[in-house]
Amino acid sequence: MALDRWIALILLGICLVYGYTAWFTMDAGLAPFMKRNPIWPSTFPKVLSILAITACLVILSGIEKSEPKEAEIDYRRLHEYKLGQAIMLLGLMVAYALCLRPVGFIFSTTAFLFFGAFILGERKWVLMTVVAVIATMIVWYLVQEVLGIYMRPLPGFLGG
Amino acid sequence: MLEGILIGLQTAMSLQNLLMVIAGCLIGTFIGMLPGLGPMSIIAIMIPIAISMGDASAALILLAGVYYGAIFGGSTSSILLNAPGVAGTVASSFDGYPMAKQGKAGKALTIAAVCSFAGGTIGALLLMVFAPMLSSVALLFHSAEYFALMVVGLSAIAAFAGTGQVAKAMIMTVLGLIMATVGEGALFNLPRFTGGIMDLQSGIGFITLAMAMFALPEALFLVLKPKAAGSAEGEIKDLRITRAEARAIAPVVARQSVQGFFIGVLPGAGATIASFLGYAVERNLATKEEQAEFGKGSIKGLAAPETANNAACTGSFVPLLTLGIPGSGTTAILLGALIALNVSPGPRLMIDEPQIFWAVIMSMFIGNLVLLVLNLPLIPYIAKVLSIPRNYLIPFILFFTLMGAYIGQNNATELLILVGFGVCATALKFADYPLAPLLIGFILGGMLENNFARSMQLYDGISFIWERPMTLGLLIIAALLIVLPSFRARRARLRAAGVADGD
Repeated sequence: MALDRWIALILLGICLVYGYTAWFTMDAGLAPFMKRNPIWPSTFPKVLSILAITACLVILSGIEKSEPKEAEIDYRRLHEYKLGQAIMLLGLMVAYALCLRPVGFIFSTTAFLFFGAFILGERKWVLMTVVAVIATMIVWYLVQEVLGIYMRPLPGFLGG
Repeated sequence: MLEGILIGLQTAMSLQNLLMVIAGCLIGTFIGMLPGLGPMSIIAIMIPIAISMGDASAALILLAGVYYGAIFGGSTSSILLNAPGVAGTVASSFDGYPMAKQGKAGKALTIAAVCSFAGGTIGALLLMVFAPMLSSVALLFHSAEYFALMVVGLSAIAAFAGTGQVAKAMIMTVLGLIMATVGEGALFNLPRFTGGIMDLQSGIGFITLAMAMFALPEALFLVLKPKAAGSAEGEIKDLRITRAEARAIAPVVARQSVQGFFIGVLPGAGATIASFLGYAVERNLATKEEQAEFGKGSIKGLAAPETANNAACTGSFVPLLTLGIPGSGTTAILLGALIALNVSPGPRLMIDEPQIFWAVIMSMFIGNLVLLVLNLPLIPYIAKVLSIPRNYLIPFILFFTLMGAYIGQNNATELLILVGFGVCATALKFADYPLAPLLIGFILGGMLENNFARSMQLYDGISFIWERPMTLGLLIIAALLIVLPSFRARRARLRAAGVADGD
């Protein structure tokens, strides 16, 4: 089974859960006066769940065949691409999200830009550090001073 | 109209707003040149900045400038490197890149700049004439018709977005609508589908979703498949267009400005469709000898898509400004920005806040002029940006997507949601699911439900569908738009397989 149909199967599962909630569990907490209304909060989701499940089934059943196109990236040969780099960068993004508050903007962003270049295979240590630090300071200045959005610059124990 | 033009000039000619246009065009041009960052991603990145300016007309002027700049910048990289950074400029590379290979890179870029200018300016003129007309018609619309119109818009997107795969586009649209129902609902502010998670109470962040759908997958694709960038050090010479060439292009520009504009007006069409259609139409209209040139460096083949995509960009502002319906993914993002700035686009916009409406139109003229003036002398230098090593480029792209989502919500959880959705979006992109319908569905979802609920309450049931002929008509059009393309594709396939049509 091709990837697009696997995805349709997963989406079908999500839509079934969504539909079950809309049809059977959502209306339980509805106050009596709301029930006199011609439209309930669950009305629209009910319609959507039917549409979504129909579309999923159409893709799954393969009624509508599309011409195989030359995709930009062939997922069947994913390991031939730089998959490791992509996954490591995603991991780096998660780490950045978790560090941003406790470690502060300046350290985490500098580290993000540095390790981002490192993962992609850059080894000019001085240049990497300089670029990361300068870019971080410029962005921090723009966001904090020009746009006035507060971002904790330093870790908590340094008084940031 | 004259009064409106004067109001617009007054607003747009203020020093701050002029700087906004120039800044927007420059930012758009430079980021648009980077392969992988289209106008949608750039505008999504610029939204936090635009929103925090607080002034709606300045913000819209900035974003419109970015939009034009991005489309022009995209054509630069598609001509020089055959690497279109924007979907709307793919057609420009058909003839632009062969021209660059023949050493006519300078001429190709000049044609692109001039045609973009002409398309954008003629488009803005048409916008001035037709937008007020469309908006007076729009005042006759009730919530029932709005609901129906949004369904038409959504179905048109589904029909256009995936050629020959309408079901996929439809599931993505519905998925967007489903995501829009998460959080406090349109009725009674009852939290729905939050799963008891407090972070979802206010719904899924719009910027987060925009970043996850467009910017992140594009960046990941760049990581996965490094393109040979910086290899084409295009010689920039022979900048001038000869008189004969100008005469050959002129009718193309005139036709494509009008055609592109009206395609742009239709919800769901937009610059990409306009540029492909423009290329196809001009190819069919050309003489036999000229037809042979197409695809091998024909100036007509370059002028057509360049004119059409800029005219369509302008055209897509008509439904956005007068009806509040985005005609493309980019204007969908702009709509989100407008709502965040407490401006509700729609028929009342011209009456309640004429200075915003007219300032945007005037800034289109100024923006196009600025683009031309800035880009003609900059052309030789512009190409140098592409040679930023990707080792530095990609971390910065990722960082800016993260910052966009973080500044919008000031919530680190949002970044985790962003990465999660980004991975899902990349998987969807692998499987050739179109991502733009999802975002458009997400943005239209709330309004769709609001108008649906309002008309349900007014008519105490769904009788408004058959009691209001216009609603019924629009809904029938929507149904046809979904069914027809798949029916046609099916018939064409059957015919190709040698099965005779029944008569």
